Amino acid sequence: MIDYHFDWSVIARNSGKLGDALLLGLWLAVVSLLIGCVIGLLAAYARVSGKKWLSAPVWAYVEFIRCTPLLLLIFFLYFGLPEFDISFLDKTQSFVLSLSLYAGAYMCEVFRAGLASIPKQYVEAAKAIGMRPWQRQVYVVLPVMFRITLPSIGNNLISLFKDTSLAAAIAVPELTFTARQINANTFRVMEVWLTASALYLASAYLIAMVLRLLERRYASIR
Amino acid sequence: MAPGTFLFEAWQARQSLLSGLGVTMLSSALSIVMATVLGIAMGVVLTFGWWWLRLLARLYVDVMRGLPLLVLILFTYYGLALFGINVPAFWAGVIALGAFATAHVAENFRGAVQSVPAGQMEAAKAIGLTFGKRLTHVILPQAVRRMLPPWVNTALEIVKGTTLLSIIGVVELLLSAQQAMARNYMIIDFYLLTAALYVAINFTLAQLGATLERRYSYLRY
Repeated sequence: MIDYHFDWSVIARNSGKLGDALLLGLWLAVVSLLIGCVIGLLAAYARVSGKKWLSAPVWAYVEFIRCTPLLLLIFFLYFGLPEFDISFLDKTQSFVLSLSLYAGAYMCEVFRAGLASIPKQYVEAAKAIGMRPWQRQVYVVLPVMFRITLPSIGNNLISLFKDTSLAAAIAVPELTFTARQINANTFRVMEVWLTASALYLASAYLIAMVLRLLERRYASIR
Repeated sequence: MAPGTFLFEAWQARQSLLSGLGVTMLSSALSIVMATVLGIAMGVVLTFGWWWLRLLARLYVDVMRGLPLLVLILFTYYGLALFGINVPAFWAGVIALGAFATAHVAENFRGAVQSVPAGQMEAAKAIGLTFGKRLTHVILPQAVRRMLPPWVNTALEIVKGTTLLSIIGVVELLLSAQQAMARNYMIIDFYLLTAALYVAINFTLAQLGATLERRYSYLRY
């Protein structure tokens, strides 16, 4: 075995930094999920609209994003957008944009499945009592779809949270970047990565638990 | 083709781009093979193992699925060196990717096995097959068909995950493209080229998966 002496004081000294980094990661994931939900909802409606000129570009967008590595998208937007004179985004905003676009494609598929799984009778019943098209969507389709898709949205939140680690590649000071920095400064490899792993695991479980509570509250339709 | 045009620069960089593409494919293939073999073994343990073995496997799967892949890769890369195992970045990356995907395949496999109706296992027991025979002749053929769609998804995730190896300095497709960009500053063109290559690989894989699914779509009862 190796001769490695654990020295946890390095974690204690940097605990504030690590905490901030973790919160930044969570915040990035939540913001990206919210923007992704908006993109995904619009895209899903475009997909089911039945109009070729609407659904074909959305199909291309979804397939492109799902077949491209997220890291490539992050680099492309971060280094590529300034070439088009779009340079007002700082690295965090640029990362949120990439993650939102990425999330949007996945949410589009989730919402499309959700829209498809709503019983036709619901819409027919809404028609029968004289609701307008937008009323049918807002009062009948969307609330039901939200409940059906809640578990998938939750899974997406967790995987987006894990994907925020890629922000380290463009030096956004989230958990992975901070851990790497501390690692580079102190070379306490084991302590730093064990702590970062534990923080990621604990947060993922915490999110999962909160989501399970939410699901129990909302997921079933009584 | 004049110097400075995209086609010229891409042709100039063809050697490194192709070798990058090769590294991407090789690392994906190695990780997928490793994950499939170990993942199915771990899936069997997860479903049929003794309780303490099942607990260990469950712990492994949950930890792997709760960690970001990048953290895993960095941990493996820096951590293995501490144990005096001097692995090159490529192998550290493949080990991390494989370990990550093993957990996913194991979970897919468990889901597939549990979706095989219990009657199948009972019938196999009733005609006196041993556990090994029950597994290889009854459960596996049905479970493998059911786990095909998620398995293809995991394979796509792996191909996309190999880009993370660029962070520990493996010159795979993304990093080789970035090296080309560092020479000629044609950022947009080269990122689009790289994206097109990834889309080509992944789209082909997805279509291949869909064909296999149609061909071996699971038996209905």
